[in-house]
Amino acid sequence: MDKKQRHSPSPWGDFWFAQITRSFAIFAFACLAGIIVSLVIGAWPSIEKFGLPFLWTADWNPPGAKFGALIPIYGTLVTSIIALVIAVPISFGIAVFLTELSPLWLRRPLGTAIELLAAIPSIVYGMWGLLVFAPLFGKYIQPLLAKTLGQVPLLGKLFSGPTIGVGLLSAGIILAIMIIPFIASVMRDVFEITPPMLKESAYGVGATTWEVVWSVVLPYTKAGVIGGIILGLGRALGETMAVTFVIGNTNFLSSSSLFMPGNSITSALANEFAEAEPGLHTASLIELGLILFVLTLIVLSCSKLLLMRLSKNEGSKT
Amino acid sequence: MNIEIDINKKKKPTPTVQLKICQFHFYYGAFHALKNINMDIYKNHVTAFIGPSGCGKSTLLRTLNRMYSLYPEQRAEGQLLLEGKNILEASVDVNELRSRVGMVFQKPTPFPMSIYDNIAFGVRLHERLSRGLMDERVEWALQRAALWDEVKDKLNQSGMSLSGGQQQRLCIARGIAVKPDILLLDEPTSALDPISTLRIEELISDLKKDFTIVIVTHNMQQAARISDFTAYMYLGEVVEFGETDSIFVQPKKKETEDYITGRFG
Amino acid sequence: MDLHKKRKLVNRIALMLSLGAMAFGLFWLIWILATIVKLGVSGIHLSVFTQMTPPPGSAGGLANAIWGSVTMVGLATLLGTPIGILAGVYLAEYGQNTVLGHMTRFINDILLSAPSIVVGLFVYTAVVLPIGHFSGFAGILALAILVVPVVIRTTENILRLVPNSLREAASALGAPKWVMITQVTIRASQAGILTGILLAVARITGETAPLLFTALSNQFWSTNLNQPMANLPVTIYRFAMSPFSDWQELAWAAVLLITVGVLALNIVARSLFKQKIVS
Repeated sequence: MDKKQRHSPSPWGDFWFAQITRSFAIFAFACLAGIIVSLVIGAWPSIEKFGLPFLWTADWNPPGAKFGALIPIYGTLVTSIIALVIAVPISFGIAVFLTELSPLWLRRPLGTAIELLAAIPSIVYGMWGLLVFAPLFGKYIQPLLAKTLGQVPLLGKLFSGPTIGVGLLSAGIILAIMIIPFIASVMRDVFEITPPMLKESAYGVGATTWEVVWSVVLPYTKAGVIGGIILGLGRALGETMAVTFVIGNTNFLSSSSLFMPGNSITSALANEFAEAEPGLHTASLIELGLILFVLTLIVLSCSKLLLMRLSKNEGSKT
Repeated sequence: MNIEIDINKKKKPTPTVQLKICQFHFYYGAFHALKNINMDIYKNHVTAFIGPSGCGKSTLLRTLNRMYSLYPEQRAEGQLLLEGKNILEASVDVNELRSRVGMVFQKPTPFPMSIYDNIAFGVRLHERLSRGLMDERVEWALQRAALWDEVKDKLNQSGMSLSGGQQQRLCIARGIAVKPDILLLDEPTSALDPISTLRIEELISDLKKDFTIVIVTHNMQQAARISDFTAYMYLGEVVEFGETDSIFVQPKKKETEDYITGRFG
Repeated sequence: MDLHKKRKLVNRIALMLSLGAMAFGLFWLIWILATIVKLGVSGIHLSVFTQMTPPPGSAGGLANAIWGSVTMVGLATLLGTPIGILAGVYLAEYGQNTVLGHMTRFINDILLSAPSIVVGLFVYTAVVLPIGHFSGFAGILALAILVVPVVIRTTENILRLVPNSLREAASALGAPKWVMITQVTIRASQAGILTGILLAVARITGETAPLLFTALSNQFWSTNLNQPMANLPVTIYRFAMSPFSDWQELAWAAVLLITVGVLALNIVARSLFKQKIVS
């Protein structure tokens, strides 16, 4: 056969392409480092002035140049916990419905519908929460809660006080609706990787659907389920606009009631940052952002590690 | 292992050696997958590698175009002399090597592009052809792969739209369009139905006029039908290598006979 | 009650609760969407698209905010997408088992869920503060930082679905790795990569928090990226929080526009590529 003049492609194309993609991967890295470094620099005046007690000082007084993060941290944690308490059982129910109960042809549309809840922008939740949900909540649901749960000793303290709609509880409920799709979708995904053999063996000895879910699927996917819950927590901690609209935005907290308005880290930032005086006020707000970022970093790392553990187990079992 | 080939039995001219495999070893990490392979691949003949699963026949095939160098944990030792030059040397340009040693895989692998571009893809890598010459080359390759008549009216359609057997012939056309010296076929019919298999077998017998062909197959009848030389491999070693007729009619080794007669494997 | 009956009863109660949970989820979706449509449609007039955002107490439109949102989202996507695709290619094709690959993947997953307001703070301290004023460019930068992780994740996941045999087939023809990636594997995953980009666009279209300290807002028509820029989300925030009914009505119209846009993007993205590639 004829010997042709072959010109093989130059090896430099490969070298440069690899280097370019690599440098963009490093970019993602640099982003994280950049965020942390710039926040630390921005927060430094506040860190220097207030030190560690910043975390548990309740005083937030811009004119007096006194700042403490207790109220926003409390608001962030309380609203996130309320959100989890509501969202976890609901998400579990949705995941069970989507994997075990729903007819096949309905699974995709229903799953998409739930995922669309996550697609609605948070500003929309916020406006809807403030103008539609909170008034109804204050008028009908809060009095009902005060009359029932509010009468229980100890627990009752959480459900007392003025029924004005906006406040920590409303913020927590809106957050719950927003994180349900995230948790439900992770739960559904991990439920689906349970080997059918395992489930069939349980059905084979006469277990009911519920028993299979509770005693076979759930233990098998434990790590993934917890990972999904923590992912939801991470979302709830960092959610801004929806919370800002309905939490009430006050830096004073006088009772333990969940009906009270409050403030969260994100809502304090959204409300005050653009108008804050340069100097200590701005630095304190940036420090709030740093605290939030570190908090979500820890939470999301936990979630990621748990989910990675599950996929490793899955690999070894198949 | 010393291999003597009884050429005198038939009145064929002595074939020329295209590829010489000398004291060849191959490792997957710490696992010693191929042990001291010595074999000659003859020009314009079909050589078949047979043996039970995991014997190393595909592994051996994939070293002949250095496919293994995609995977960092795999390495080879020894010599693979292609027309006298050791292709294992680091200085060898693997892309140039692969333009001379083409390969077709177990499952059809059409690229997500048109039939025309599937064929032209490899050619463009190694040659600058005018539009007219490229058209000729594409037609030539499709003709040689016995696919031209079926696709000449739909060269712009996606390669994925063809049937399994057509896809595999497309892949063969793509391989020969580059005009390699050697064509490696890795169980090319294992995913196809019997009729498509037959067409590919006929094609292989036809293609050996222009190309040296090495084929891995788990189908012994196929090896007997289409190959001139056969190597029986077991546990990473070549148990027996010789003319296909003699291997299948009077194997020299007991293991080969057991495998061929179906007592093993 | 015997054990068998009790087990069946527990099963039924549990499954009813599961059905209830599903209904609970759908209830909010329907309620929210119904409200948006009801209150938004009445606010949609031609003037919404032709007039500028008004001062309090007078009528106007959202033209400058729509323009600003489209500009910023478009430019942020143009900026973030190539970065995300190339980094995703690195993770899928080069860095599967490298230390850099593992770390980047981990960090990217964290950036994917990191609070967007923190990204706004970052751009504020890194860009707005040194320059001295808010600007559309800072807003674009903040949105681009949010695009990158989404595109990285979808690109990597989708490239991993490309069978290795296709890569080997390209290599077997003598294609160098970069040709194999750009002409074969990326081509095989076009639809999925496009899905990822659309999901990223959907995500940043509604983002408000990162724009508050970067692009801020602008009452007037502005094409100058070096100036504060009007945009729908921040306009909604300002108008919804205000006591003026004109502003609130415009805010509902803006909410309708954004929600329809984002949901449409999501649905198109999902129908383009059926498999799930981002969580």
